[in-house]
Amino acid sequence: MVTLDMVTLDTVAWDALRLSLWVAVWTTVIAVPLALWVAWILARREFWGKSLVSALVHLPLVLPPVVTGYVLLLIFSPSAPVGAALASVGLTLAFTWTGAVLAAIVMGFPLMVRAMRLAIEAVDPRLEDAAATLGASRAGVFTRVTLPLIAPGILAGAVMGFAKAMGEFGATITFVANIPGQTQTLPIAIWTALQIPGGEGAAAAMALLSCAVALGAVFISEALARRVATRIGSRT
Amino acid sequence: MKLRLRHRFDGFTLDLALEAGAGITALFGRSGAGKSTVINAVAGLLRPDEGHLEVEGEVLMDTARGLHVPPHKRRFGTVFQDARLFPHLSVAQNLDFGTRYAPRGSKIPREDVIDLLGLRALLERAPPTLSGGEKQRVALGRALLSAPRMLLMDEPLASLDATRKQEILPYLEHLRDGPLRLPILYVSHAVDEITRLADTLVLLKDGGITAQGPLRDVMSDPATVPLLGVRDAGSVLEAVVTGHAQDGLSTLKISAGLLHLPGVQAPVGAQLRIRIMAQDVMLASTRPDGLSAQNILPVTVETIRIGEGPGAAIALRAGTDRLLARITRRAVAQLQLTEGAQIYAVLKATAVAPINIGS
Repeated sequence: MVTLDMVTLDTVAWDALRLSLWVAVWTTVIAVPLALWVAWILARREFWGKSLVSALVHLPLVLPPVVTGYVLLLIFSPSAPVGAALASVGLTLAFTWTGAVLAAIVMGFPLMVRAMRLAIEAVDPRLEDAAATLGASRAGVFTRVTLPLIAPGILAGAVMGFAKAMGEFGATITFVANIPGQTQTLPIAIWTALQIPGGEGAAAAMALLSCAVALGAVFISEALARRVATRIGSRT
Repeated sequence: MKLRLRHRFDGFTLDLALEAGAGITALFGRSGAGKSTVINAVAGLLRPDEGHLEVEGEVLMDTARGLHVPPHKRRFGTVFQDARLFPHLSVAQNLDFGTRYAPRGSKIPREDVIDLLGLRALLERAPPTLSGGEKQRVALGRALLSAPRMLLMDEPLASLDATRKQEILPYLEHLRDGPLRLPILYVSHAVDEITRLADTLVLLKDGGITAQGPLRDVMSDPATVPLLGVRDAGSVLEAVVTGHAQDGLSTLKISAGLLHLPGVQAPVGAQLRIRIMAQDVMLASTRPDGLSAQNILPVTVETIRIGEGPGAAIALRAGTDRLLARITRRAVAQLQLTEGAQIYAVLKATAVAPINIGS
């Protein structure tokens, strides 16, 4: 039974929150341009092996997260060729916070690509043709017509990527384990607290914190969406 | 502008050579004749199988050399049937989009375009709140502000009802006759638009051009009757309003004499373009007497073209103009019509409907 006096936040909780936010921000920053690029290719280009790329992107959505984490470990552990190559240039992914970012990117990617791809597919290419006949170069068409029209989709994708990074558990704990202060994100810390007798209070406190962050993210994204809408002059 | 084009579709091949100079060149063809393909190829939005495009000595497309100047460097302002206004921009911002890319020094004053097209009240509106006619006016303004060397119009009025059409046609006429004098390639399948707007008419059928020349010549050529359809064929004449009578009829002077027509709004002295439907012209071998018809003109039979059905198309010299009449083959035999015969053309006063009287 959890009572109010048990709900306290210790350094473990604050460390976990800080790490989760850090991981989520990096995930969003790295994954948004990448997801936009992949979404563009999937929406606009026809090439051999397109369905394979699409399947690969969407795979983490249907795989058990623990399997995704295990696959990441197989590829990026320092004993594997790719992991060893990266380690030789100073980038270790397994059991580090950077690995948590990678896991969050992989897990959030399908959601981000999907949101952005739908937005790109909703843009009428005939509008882009019209812009070109008015004298806009390809870059001009993209920045002045396409980008403003898909901005809400990009924002939605970014919010999904951020939320997924804040909540990712299975792939993360499998790939980077559970090291307090280093790889122990908020969901992992909550799970850990629940494993300890008498840890319900700490778990409840962190769960509340999680809710607060989620709510804050929703509010910020709504405000951003409004700002995007006014900036691009959409009054529909 | 000189265009040669060859492009294969499923089922048919478009193969044509086209020239468009000053004024409005109208490209007429039924739906699916390949009209939009011509526009897209000129604008650079489509790479034809084979083609060559030259404007003012500058080659913009030459498939033989693999040359394809991209659309944004061609400077063909294009107005599409579906307006294609940018939904995320206001009307003013849509217009500014055109101005942004216009070459320095060749800009048309923004205020002039706004006044010419009556856009001032719409500037702050969002495109989805505009009516079809308003959208097309904005699209036209946007294209003008991009300072094009030539305007391409792809069925700009096809999605509008008759009232909205009437709302836009005067603007297009002003564009043709006003100070801008911008060459326009105008694609349409509506004969009434073309007869009102075109200076040069190009008929497109089965992937090729079947007739090409000044509007009046092409329209009064008996050979165009099957191309335009029996209902739409008719000659186009220039007329000057000389008076309005109390009973509602107006007098118009044409080269062969006077016409008395109802429903003419233009003031005395105005130059009008009138269209006389071939099926509304009757022929008489002697000057008819005791007839209710108000307009009887002495004419000379120029050519007789017997159709495949029961009809015949007759070209008539009337002063310096040419009239087109569609009568039955039986009537041709009964009147013993021969080329060169002096006869009379009879027009009912209502043969010229107001929609066919353009300014």
